[in-house]
Amino acid sequence: MITLHINGQKHELDIDPNTPLLWVIREQAGLTGTKFGCGIAQCGACTVHLNGQPVRSCVTPVQAAANQQITTIEGIGRGETGLHPVQQAWIDEQVPQCGYCQSGQIMAAVALLEDNPAPGDDDIDAAMSGNICRCGTYSRIRRGIKRAAKTLASTSGTEGSRNG
Amino acid sequence: MGKWTRRAFITTGVLAGGAVVIGVAIRPGNRAGKVAPLIAGEDETVFNVWVKISPDNTVTAIIPHAEMGQGVHTTLAMMLADEMDADWNLVRSLEAPAHKEYANYALAKGYTVGDADFPAFLIDTIDGIFLTVTQMMSLQITGGSTSVPTTGQHAMRVAGAAAKAVLLQAAAEAWNVPLDELTAKNSHIIHGKSDRIAPYADFARQAAELSQPVKPILKSPDEFTILGTDVQKFDVPAKVDGSALFGIDAQLPGMKYATVKASPVFGTNIKSVDETSIQDMPGIRKVVNLDNAVAVIADGYWQAKQALDQLEVVFEESGNATVEQSEIFGQFANDMDTAIANGDEIVDFETGDVDAAMATAARTVEAEYRVPYLAHATMEPMNCTAWVHDDICELWTGTQNPLGFAAEVAGALDMDLEDVVLHNQYLGGGFGRRAFPDYAIQAARLANEVHYPVKLIWSREEDMRHDHYRQASLSRFKAALDSSGKPTAWVNQYVEKHDPKEAPYIPYGIDNQFIHFVESQTHVPWGFWRSVDHSLHAFFTESFIDELAFEAGLDPYQYRHDLLEKAPRFRKVLDLAAQKSNWDAALPENWGRGIAIHRSFGTIVAQVVEVEVTEGKVRPRRAICAVDAGFAMHPDGIKAQMESGIVYGLTAALYSEISIHRGAVAQSNFHDYPMLRMNESPDIETYIINSGEKIGGAGEPGTPAIAPALVNAIFNATGKRIRELPVRLHELTREDPESKDVA
Repeated sequence: MITLHINGQKHELDIDPNTPLLWVIREQAGLTGTKFGCGIAQCGACTVHLNGQPVRSCVTPVQAAANQQITTIEGIGRGETGLHPVQQAWIDEQVPQCGYCQSGQIMAAVALLEDNPAPGDDDIDAAMSGNICRCGTYSRIRRGIKRAAKTLASTSGTEGSRNG
Repeated sequence: MGKWTRRAFITTGVLAGGAVVIGVAIRPGNRAGKVAPLIAGEDETVFNVWVKISPDNTVTAIIPHAEMGQGVHTTLAMMLADEMDADWNLVRSLEAPAHKEYANYALAKGYTVGDADFPAFLIDTIDGIFLTVTQMMSLQITGGSTSVPTTGQHAMRVAGAAAKAVLLQAAAEAWNVPLDELTAKNSHIIHGKSDRIAPYADFARQAAELSQPVKPILKSPDEFTILGTDVQKFDVPAKVDGSALFGIDAQLPGMKYATVKASPVFGTNIKSVDETSIQDMPGIRKVVNLDNAVAVIADGYWQAKQALDQLEVVFEESGNATVEQSEIFGQFANDMDTAIANGDEIVDFETGDVDAAMATAARTVEAEYRVPYLAHATMEPMNCTAWVHDDICELWTGTQNPLGFAAEVAGALDMDLEDVVLHNQYLGGGFGRRAFPDYAIQAARLANEVHYPVKLIWSREEDMRHDHYRQASLSRFKAALDSSGKPTAWVNQYVEKHDPKEAPYIPYGIDNQFIHFVESQTHVPWGFWRSVDHSLHAFFTESFIDELAFEAGLDPYQYRHDLLEKAPRFRKVLDLAAQKSNWDAALPENWGRGIAIHRSFGTIVAQVVEVEVTEGKVRPRRAICAVDAGFAMHPDGIKAQMESGIVYGLTAALYSEISIHRGAVAQSNFHDYPMLRMNESPDIETYIINSGEKIGGAGEPGTPAIAPALVNAIFNATGKRIRELPVRLHELTREDPESKDVA
């Protein structure tokens, strides 16, 4: 039995410990917001947070995530709107096109902003270049991160921190 | 936009839920191109659309196109809502179901009009409409950047205007006032004289009883209130919280998972499968031989993938198993030479007398260009969930061609078309790939073997190795220049023609032209790839015109500008791009600037790229894009499509190459078919011209010109002319510093 904590919810699973976390999140937990893109940690579509850190769930064995805090795109919303400031910024900047990579992009961006509340362009490049977008939304992602950073700066202290 | 003059039939009815629905069928004439064989009744093409008005005054546009990020569900709804004077806050969109009922005219009528009692005299008209609706349903295709220019212009706007017309008429009757005293605004009808205002929904039922054909007057652009504004796209909220459902997200009770491996060499079959090789692996349900592929069905994708990797499979031998990429290019060159020697080249375009012009030329210039096969590499790998039950087959997938898929699956399972029900989901990228039904047929065949639903997911490796590829091609040019450097003759020979016909044509005023091609078939499957033939021909023609400018000792922008004297619309787009780029401004050391212009799908795009080349590494720093699509229905949507087309085209130009080794695709995943990433993506600026010309598409025209703009910029930076893509194949150190000064 492996115990997983996904978005604060406990899952007890009888599963091959080598199964990549991605497939457990999608097939066992039924959370399909996290996407399969390449299977070899090249594209970032499967990005989730493990104890707040972004990881590629397609190459993370489920046993490596046992008894730790896993957060997926379904688990980052907060506040009255139910949206994380990064998600709201993605709407304001009209970032998504096909949208398939955006869960991973948003998870990478949220992790970046928790680590660095005021990232510059180089910081954004460093944090986001592991995430491929075939629709080419990169310039909007960049604007979205900067917008979210401003929102977070203006609301910091008035809102509790995200629980991981 | 003037009065709508084509024949139209408007039909109205009341849905079971109390909503009124308005259908429009029109006949816009012939449709050419490769999709024509898909249409039943070639001389009659029908585009149609419906709009529903609900009791709460919500207006729903029913969209016959798939959403794959191009914003079509929003833009088409805008086109309908503006003509209808609808309250945008109460407008929704719904994708027309690719349901078996839609392939059956009697049932289609039932879907659309519900239980409505139609006046007897209308029945013939309605039957006629739905018969033609049935015929067009196999054309429910999303591609060719056609949604806005065709469905939007000829169906959505007409439907919106017609809906408003019958609602006004119904209100006039209900209030017993003259029609011309009524106005419509924000989904309400207003009678100023009596100070009355009421929502559209109040008149929906009365409007449904109105029967006469309507010829609605369409708005001119200065009357638009929704079109031309930057509304938010309908699909965005669900795409930021993980709730948007793509094909791969289908979940059904009892569902199992499958993955597949096709014979690496295209066109060969499975010889044998040794199931004992995986007999001890957990969770395996079934191994299925699909003739040219083998699939494993298991309790989870991971189990299926592990088993498939271990499964011992022998593929048939094939004559194609020795084919190398170099031989393919050799075949192209040979076929080109042979066609000329035998005089059996296929004429594409001819004007003037190129031989005479060549004979009197001050000098001639020749060049040969080459492009590789390209994969689509959509972010969402191919997948389809299928469930065969109760004598029907249900499919959940993302497709650009839902009824084509249903028809193919019906054929594969030997079922009636109406017994195949396809639930189209969001597409995690299309770019032309999701017009080909191979993955849906596989899923259906697997589901046909078992009693539970099967979700088939291709691995990334399978996706890359069994795509339908943009063709590799060679293109040869010879031009004659007069003593001033102006081209007097343009001869172009290339390999393989697909769509659209005009892709190799140039806008420049060159009196003598001969463009011809040769077909040179290979065993590599072909597919539509964003902008199709434009993706290669813009690279060819806009590179060569740049070479001519260089040979003439003239500035490449000015050279184009002068040659566009008789093409003022092109010239305006070119000038805008050059002006916004500060074309004459100095650049930092190791930077270069390049320009290109190309029309595709009715839209003219000029792009300037600024590139930095240091230590052989090419970095596109800035891309300036000017675009004239006639009128920008959704300006931010056009900008998004230009950004997207630029990144897609830059990725291909810089990195992408599918090559054939031993008859199979050599590449497999993003490590050897790399993508442009955030840190490599240029700053992009898009400038829109609303020329008022015929409406063009937006999904593809951003792509073609960016590759030549890039290589022209690299030439400007380094003096090195790249004639073969991708750029990464080339050593880029400055080899001829003097040459830079010319451009």
